[in-house]
Amino acid sequence: MTNVTETTTPVPAITAQKKKPSARPAGRRDRKITPWLFLIVPLALLGLFTYLPAANMLYYSFTTWNGFEATPKEFVGLDNYAAIFTRDDILPVFLVSVYYIGASFLQMAIALYFATLLSFSTWFQNLFKGILFFPSLINGVAIGFVFLYLFQPNGTLDGVLGVLGLGDLSQQWLGDPGVVNYSLAATSVWRYTGLNFVLFLGAIQSIPKELYEAADLDGANRWQQFRFIIAPGIKRIISLSFILAISGSLAVFEIPFIMTGGANGSMTFVIKTVTLGLGVFHKVGLASAMAVVLLIIVLLVTALQRRLVPDDKVDLS
Amino acid sequence: MAKKHIVVGAVAVTASLLLAGCQSGGDPADSGKIEGDITVLTQRTDLVDNVFQDYKAEFEKKYPDVTVTFEAITDYEGEIAIRLNTDDYGDVLVIPNSVSKDQLANYFEPLGTVDELKKDYLFVDEQAYDGTAYGIAITGNAQGYVYNKKVWEAAGITEAPTTPDEFIDALQAIKDETDAIPLYTNYKDGWPLSQWTGQRGFGPEGGNYANHTTEIDDPWSEGEDYYEVDSILFDAVANGLTEEDPSTTNWENSKVLIGSGQVGTMVLGSWAVSQMQDAAVAAGGAKEDIGYWPFPVQTDGTFHSAVGGDYKNAINVNSENKAAARAWIDWFANESGYAASQGGISPVVGGELPATLADFEPLGVEFVETVPAPAGQEALEAAIYNGAEIDIWGNLYRQKLVDIARGAAAGDKKSYFAELNDKWAAARAAAQ
Repeated sequence: MTNVTETTTPVPAITAQKKKPSARPAGRRDRKITPWLFLIVPLALLGLFTYLPAANMLYYSFTTWNGFEATPKEFVGLDNYAAIFTRDDILPVFLVSVYYIGASFLQMAIALYFATLLSFSTWFQNLFKGILFFPSLINGVAIGFVFLYLFQPNGTLDGVLGVLGLGDLSQQWLGDPGVVNYSLAATSVWRYTGLNFVLFLGAIQSIPKELYEAADLDGANRWQQFRFIIAPGIKRIISLSFILAISGSLAVFEIPFIMTGGANGSMTFVIKTVTLGLGVFHKVGLASAMAVVLLIIVLLVTALQRRLVPDDKVDLS
Repeated sequence: MAKKHIVVGAVAVTASLLLAGCQSGGDPADSGKIEGDITVLTQRTDLVDNVFQDYKAEFEKKYPDVTVTFEAITDYEGEIAIRLNTDDYGDVLVIPNSVSKDQLANYFEPLGTVDELKKDYLFVDEQAYDGTAYGIAITGNAQGYVYNKKVWEAAGITEAPTTPDEFIDALQAIKDETDAIPLYTNYKDGWPLSQWTGQRGFGPEGGNYANHTTEIDDPWSEGEDYYEVDSILFDAVANGLTEEDPSTTNWENSKVLIGSGQVGTMVLGSWAVSQMQDAAVAAGGAKEDIGYWPFPVQTDGTFHSAVGGDYKNAINVNSENKAAARAWIDWFANESGYAASQGGISPVVGGELPATLADFEPLGVEFVETVPAPAGQEALEAAIYNGAEIDIWGNLYRQKLVDIARGAAAGDKKSYFAELNDKWAAARAAAQ
């Protein structure tokens, strides 16, 4: 028996050796396919829900379609695009975005200030972090309603001003066309500061502590530490936040739509797109063209920004 | 190559998985008998869990082979406009405003010829195309304004104003004599502003007014219904007779305000009366505090009030239980008692006038029924107002009117009406 086993044992080893060379290329092919297998579902979803609708939208933008499947999509070439640039009530609404761009600078300044402050140890550090981040957790529609009550005549804001003896400052926060966009932009600052704050805080905390110690030894004060360590250290996050803030300001929708519906001079480009499209006038062709134009403008702004602020590697050492 | 196949295959699998969710488990082909499951879409989110459940019980008692399910939709108009592009929009639904007449046949089952249905029902013309009717009204409304009697009496006014000037004077008297806001616009919620359009029909053109506007270039000129309606709104706002800050109005709260006498007047269809009466009772007053008067314009010495159907029940053309759906529609109009409970005019021929319109009788108000558009022109009016981007059934153009009137936007009444006329004329030229 022992003899038999001795002679038979090498056999599997040989077959295994024989199989190996042929198995290797198959394994490589597997390895090439495997990532794709993992990617199929997300790619399919991405294509189905992002690129296909976007391609459809591009197609609609060349037609006069009214949004009903049964009506023919009459091809009109670039007419819709021409309308956007010739009508006096479409492009000027971008001026409203200026308020939000201004607000986003303020928002980033506030976020950066608190992120720097709270990255050093202070009293109630985590409590303050929570308070600053809290608005980002609330649904935007709810925020719209809350601020609607805040801005009402004799509402919360007027009440607080009255208690502080500043009752004279009370005005129609949403009713006065000269004030409404400031009110809405302020609401937007309140809503989004927390998100910027968290981004900045995370970036600041990734800066090695030794740098501060070294700076302390060299006699640098807090401002100098911010200016020469923190600011260059989180440059990329700041520039990313700027891109997001500006494209967000151009496409602002939720807060003004809930709070004023675009009435009283607070119409933004996206609200205009919605009302011209399925919302009210069923000019889906024109609305699609506006969406395409907004996309192109956002891409251009981003490209310009990348040109002005090159995305070079950060090196603190 | 192999890779490509796998990718394509996987996309197909994913897509079919996604699509599988959209397929409805099917009954076999329509049997024509009153049986099966029907889904009824409704915009009355406030009634679906109480009143509609009673309707379901009664209907299923009469037709034991039918099971009714409701689906209430908050943003009815917006959501339905999108769902109509699928087959899945219930068995019975009310026809959304966004479907123009010439598209009715694409989405809804014909209910019969207009002449036939007219024997039994009112407002049949309103959702009909080419002599075929597609919807039966759930209730009917008259037009005018809701007012708080106590407020108006405190201001010394006990008779319905007969001209726009008298109306403005009356509002002025309310401002001078009481603490109430004379007229509430509901500017923020917006849709109540469309109720002003509903008033049209009091002028010399009568129920033909909508068709008349498709034949003229300037509906915002003196003597036109739109001019009268929007002038009253403009003058009321310009004279400070409306709420101080229109941008923060609130529809739900407006009921409380008029019920408790903090607001004198709101221009709304008669459907609003019962809601305002409830609010008056809730505020510690009585139902009788709330009255309803016709729009303050007389033609040939008489008040006229446009009557029209509310939303119309219709059958999804893709429904598999059309007979049961039809039974529901007929039952809803004849037996549910919905119209009476809403203080509306019954959609059935020979129905009684509701108590909410009691004030109309002594005033000798004449009802005006809408004249349907001539054959082939059913979609013309919508083509013009959409083309002109004047949302006569929306809020945008009247919000701007209010803004101009209160000095928050550039222009004056004359310049804005001229702008509206120009847009109308251009869209009319393009639509023909």
